This record gives sequence, C-alpha cells and structure tokens, in this order.
Amino acid sequence: MHAMGTRKEPSLASLFAGFVSIGMMAFGGGLAAWTRREVVQKRGWLDDRQFLSGYALSQLVPGATNVNLSVFIGTQLRGVAGALVCFCDLTALPLTIVLILGALYLHSRGHAGGAWVSTALGGMGAVAIGLNLGTGIRLARRNIAGLIPIATTAIVALSIGVAGFSLVHVLMVMMPASLLLAWVTRPK
Amino acid sequence: MTPVLLQLLMLFAGLSMLAFGGGSGIIPDMQRAAVDHYHWVTAHEFLDMFAISRAAPGPGSLIVVLVGLKAAGLAGAAVSFLAMFGPSCLAVHIIARFWQRAATSAWRAVVERALAPVGVGLTFASGLSLMRGTEHGWLPWGVTIAAAAAFALTEISPILLLAGGAVVLLVVGA
Repeated sequence: MHAMGTRKEPSLASLFAGFVSIGMMAFGGGLAAWTRREVVQKRGWLDDRQFLSGYALSQLVPGATNVNLSVFIGTQLRGVAGALVCFCDLTALPLTIVLILGALYLHSRGHAGGAWVSTALGGMGAVAIGLNLGTGIRLARRNIAGLIPIATTAIVALSIGVAGFSLVHVLMVMMPASLLLAWVTRPK
Repeated sequence: MTPVLLQLLMLFAGLSMLAFGGGSGIIPDMQRAAVDHYHWVTAHEFLDMFAISRAAPGPGSLIVVLVGLKAAGLAGAAVSFLAMFGPSCLAVHIIARFWQRAATSAWRAVVERALAPVGVGLTFASGLSLMRGTEHGWLPWGVTIAAAAAFALTEISPILLLAGGAVVLLVVGA
C-alpha cells in the first residue's frame, strides 16, 4: 500500500516501458489485470484506490476501457505527454500486429489456420478470464471492507456478470447509490 | 475524403460513443453496419476478424482497423483507428485533468470511496460476462478457476499462466 503523498513520479521513458509490456501481454481481455500488476503492484505509481477510481471512471466514459485507463493514468502521472505516451504505447505494437495479421488474412482467405491454434487460443482465453477474476479477488481483499461496500461490489458484479443486465443501466443505478452512501458515511 | 472514409469515420466515431464498459457491447451493431448495411465485409470475414482481434495482443476494439483495412486500405485503417479511439481518449484526458486538480478536495475523497466498490464489482463482472459469453466446457472452466486462484494467491507470472493454459488445453483437450 502506498500513502497518498509518497507516489513516485515516473519518467516518460519508464511510462513507455511499463505500457509497452501491458499492450503486448494482454490477450483476450486481461488488460485490467496487467495494468494493475504493472502500475500498482510492480512500479507503485498509483495506489489501489487511485487505480480503482481510474478504472471505474474509464468505464463511465464510452470507448475501450483499457485504452481509456491508459490515458487516465498517463494524464495523472505526466499530463498531456504522459497521456500520449501511454496511448501510443499501449496501441502501437498491437495495432501493427493486427494490421499484419489482417493483411495476411485478407491475402490468404480460405487457408485453414489449423485447429490446434484455436485450441491453444482457447486455453489462453480461459486463463485471461481467470486473470480478471484473480485481479478482482486481489482488489477486493485490500479495498473492500464493511457491509455496504461488499453489497455494492456484489450487486455490480452479479447484475452485469451473471444476470446479464446492461452495464449502462447498472451504472445509472449503482453510481448515484454508491455516491450517496459514501457521502452519508463519510468520515467526519 | 472519399465517401467510404467518411462512412468509416462516422460509423466508428458514433459507435465509440456507445461503447460503455468497453468495446464488446458494440460488436453486434458494428457487424450489422459493416456486413449488412455497407457490405464492406462478409459475415464470415467479420467473424474471422473478430477472432484475429481477440487473439492478437492489445484491446479487442482493434477489430475496427481490420474492417477499415478491408473497406478502404491503409487509409481506411487509419481513419477507423482515430475515429474509434480519438473522441473517448480526449474525454478521459479532460476528466483526468479535472480529477487531478481536485486532488485534495473533500468531494474527490467521497467519489473515490464510492467508486472503489463499483470498480471492484466491474472487474468481477468483466470476468463473469466473458465466462458466460464463451462456450465453456468443464476443462476451460477449470483452467479459468485455477488461473484466478493462482493469480490472486501467488506471484506467478501471468505469462506462465497463459502458456500453461494453452498447454493444458492442447494436451488434455486434444
């Protein structure tokens, strides 16, 4: 855990290094897990609470959550330059790879990729989902205590993740509710 | 700007504004527009592009680049990329600046306390929705749960976990 005032201010070069690895490592939806691991756990740029506010705000703004999150973190740490570095960094290599794969695909349509590739990708996808859940467990252990926060977490997770309610609807109800509860129970 | 580039720009900028909670929610709308309305790609190509964008590293919304590439070449890819990510990144940047200026304010502390449980809930929700969205047999389920436990309880590298997941499915699932 890092106290508010002791946050390290990273150089643009170290931001670059951090976000290159996030972009390259994230397969099949595990980006939030990677981002937290890199930014909070390994490098200590943000504490969990700052990361979580960034993550929730990134979901409130439309667009790819993890790209939003990279811009949020970059802005927090190094302003406009930080935002640009994190965004370009997170997307440049994946963009190049997707373009190459896409060009190859469009030039060789009908060519079967091999069943074992999709089996392997299926296994990595299953792990990527596990990484998301594992990040949730880590975050919950450190940041969620008390009846109201536990109930809020559970309602958000289950209504979207299990009952299949749309994220927009859940946030429209749960954001004001959570804000109200945080205001009412604020430390005096 | 050619009509196709303009259409790509309008379509993806518009869709990006509807992409609450990440890119996956707009995939059905994107499919309808790119396949049925503009006929840039066939239904089969769209599914293949979806798989490619999932299998490659990075954000899944990079599928827009593939649709743009097919529709109008590299210029199409560039326009689609900017349309998808430009507006939302600008919005987040402005919010983050505002957020930073409020560093010591009482309301930010309240908002942070309110956002924490919502953020944790959303993290679980994304994992759970992905589990619901894929056809999971008992083996991938087991891999997912094992990976979640290993990641939460140990300091093992996620790369090893990803490689392990691929190996387990290849060996046991084949």
